[in-house]
Amino acid sequence: MAHVTDIVDTTEVIKGRSLWQDARARFFRNKAAVAALFILILVSLFALFGGFLTPWSNEEIDWNLMGDVRTLGGPSIETGHYFGLDPLGRDLFARVVQGTQISLMIGIVGALISVIVGTLYGATAGFIGGRLDNIMMRIVDILMAIPYMFVLILLLVVFGRSIFMLFVGIGLISWLDMARIARGQTLSIKNKEFVEAAIATGVSTPKIIIRHIVPNLLGVVIVYATLLVPSMIMFESFISFLGLGVQEPLTSWGALINEGAGQMRYGTLWMLGFPLFFFLISLFAFFFFGDGLRDALDPKDR
Amino acid sequence: MNAQSPLLSVRDLKVWFDIKPKGAMPWTAPDKLKAVDGVDFDLMPGETLGIVGESGCGKSTLARAIMRMVPSEAGTVLWLGDDLLTLSKHEMRGHRKEMQMIFQDPLASLNPRMTIGQIVAEPLKTHHPNLSKTEVKDRVREVLDRVGILPNMINRYPHEFSGGQCQRIGIARALIVKPQLIICDEPVSALDVSIQAQVINLLMEIQEDMGLSLIFIAHDLSVVKHISTRVMVLYLGNVVEISEAEQLYRAPGHPYTQALISAVPIPDPKANAAREIMILDADLPSPLDPPSGCVFRTRCPHAIAVCSETKPPLTDRGNGQQVACHVI
Repeated sequence: MAHVTDIVDTTEVIKGRSLWQDARARFFRNKAAVAALFILILVSLFALFGGFLTPWSNEEIDWNLMGDVRTLGGPSIETGHYFGLDPLGRDLFARVVQGTQISLMIGIVGALISVIVGTLYGATAGFIGGRLDNIMMRIVDILMAIPYMFVLILLLVVFGRSIFMLFVGIGLISWLDMARIARGQTLSIKNKEFVEAAIATGVSTPKIIIRHIVPNLLGVVIVYATLLVPSMIMFESFISFLGLGVQEPLTSWGALINEGAGQMRYGTLWMLGFPLFFFLISLFAFFFFGDGLRDALDPKDR
Repeated sequence: MNAQSPLLSVRDLKVWFDIKPKGAMPWTAPDKLKAVDGVDFDLMPGETLGIVGESGCGKSTLARAIMRMVPSEAGTVLWLGDDLLTLSKHEMRGHRKEMQMIFQDPLASLNPRMTIGQIVAEPLKTHHPNLSKTEVKDRVREVLDRVGILPNMINRYPHEFSGGQCQRIGIARALIVKPQLIICDEPVSALDVSIQAQVINLLMEIQEDMGLSLIFIAHDLSVVKHISTRVMVLYLGNVVEISEAEQLYRAPGHPYTQALISAVPIPDPKANAAREIMILDADLPSPLDPPSGCVFRTRCPHAIAVCSETKPPLTDRGNGQQVACHVI
């Protein structure tokens, strides 16, 4: 019997449209944002499955062409090097696939750390307030006052240059801004009556933060996170461009651009052009995507 | 429990806020804003106490202090014999299901990211975490039905409802844990008049059914008269008069109450034009620096010398009327 009533009940219940569904509908009406999303999907597919499109691996050196990369190593369908060769005679297509994987991973991991740590930290500081808020935010101020590039370079020098240290370094700094943003938003949300209602009901503080504060912060946080991904990628590229970031045989967009830029005067512009192309379209796409999300999630601000 | 023993008994409740003066150094002592300054009242089971007063007189602060949502400076709040102000956080949590609150802005009091089913279920899940999902769902449906929201709307979100419906959902959320007291903080001020009547009548029906006590805060005197058994008039954090509702409107005791009552519009243009409104001089004094003695003396037409020296106590004037005034 219970099953029958369950079925009847669920069919009767009217489904509501959540604010998230409204936002999704608004997002898909924004053409530039949808195009950006499409490009991001293509770039991710390229990073995930690009390796299957070429017979060459990213480690193999094409000994036949290696002697004369400048004249023979350009992009061509016949040789199977769609993007040409890099200065050491490796297939650039495979290298760009590898670089894309690493750059995207760094961007996404950085943004994830900042979303999780920053949001919870900021929401806790803002909601509890008083002395705890003061202490927590001063810690953020102090961490921000330290020149992070210097710390990162020290980290990489002392503990050796590894991708893990790069993640640690990015993790250390990426959540600071997010914590401030989340705290500011929390201050405005915590005086809303629904939070008061929860306090009056006797809901515990951690539950109020998770159930009432964080979901109402997410709109702002998501937008900021999508804008953070490209800045993380740029940050990593900058470090790699300095020669401190990702180390051979791994590579990233920044490292590839650095390599290509070094070869510019020999006329092998494809070495710069292909990684730069991916770098640029991805960053553009992230910015447009973030912009579209902001418009979709915050309809009041337009 | 004896029918004559009060459900809630507030004695000398004081709520002071620290205000830093402009340009203060971190070590200078803050100014004290006396939002509620020594309030006494009793609330009987099943009774509705209306609280009126102008903006900033401490109505909402008083309500929040009783619920222990703002810290109190001094006083006692006896709830069924326990002093709520001295209970630990944990013990207080146990009492919270006995007293619930309804808020002024119906939409803002509902979390926009939750469905109304989740919103209404929250107090129940907080206080009875062992209930099964179907039990919770049944209770939610039952209580939504009681306040006149179709139970098949439980998966909708607050922004899909009108103000009046949102207020009903707020009432449902308060009712679901079967409280003994509901504090209504201006529950109808944000609604238009026809909806106000519906919500008020719903509250009165529910009160009768469940034998609830209500504390009803409003600045609309006609609404308060309609719903209340007794009315308390606040001025600058002080009680100036507590009286049976009928008596208060027929024969207001305190000069401030007289001025308030004289300003109530009469729904008849001729009578309304003919009535005499008692207009008070000057503005509301700052609660940071209230007048000495009787707080109302700066605007009182009958003030005499003694008013600036001692604070008049609430004294019984018969007919269930208590007035704090030296002169009248």
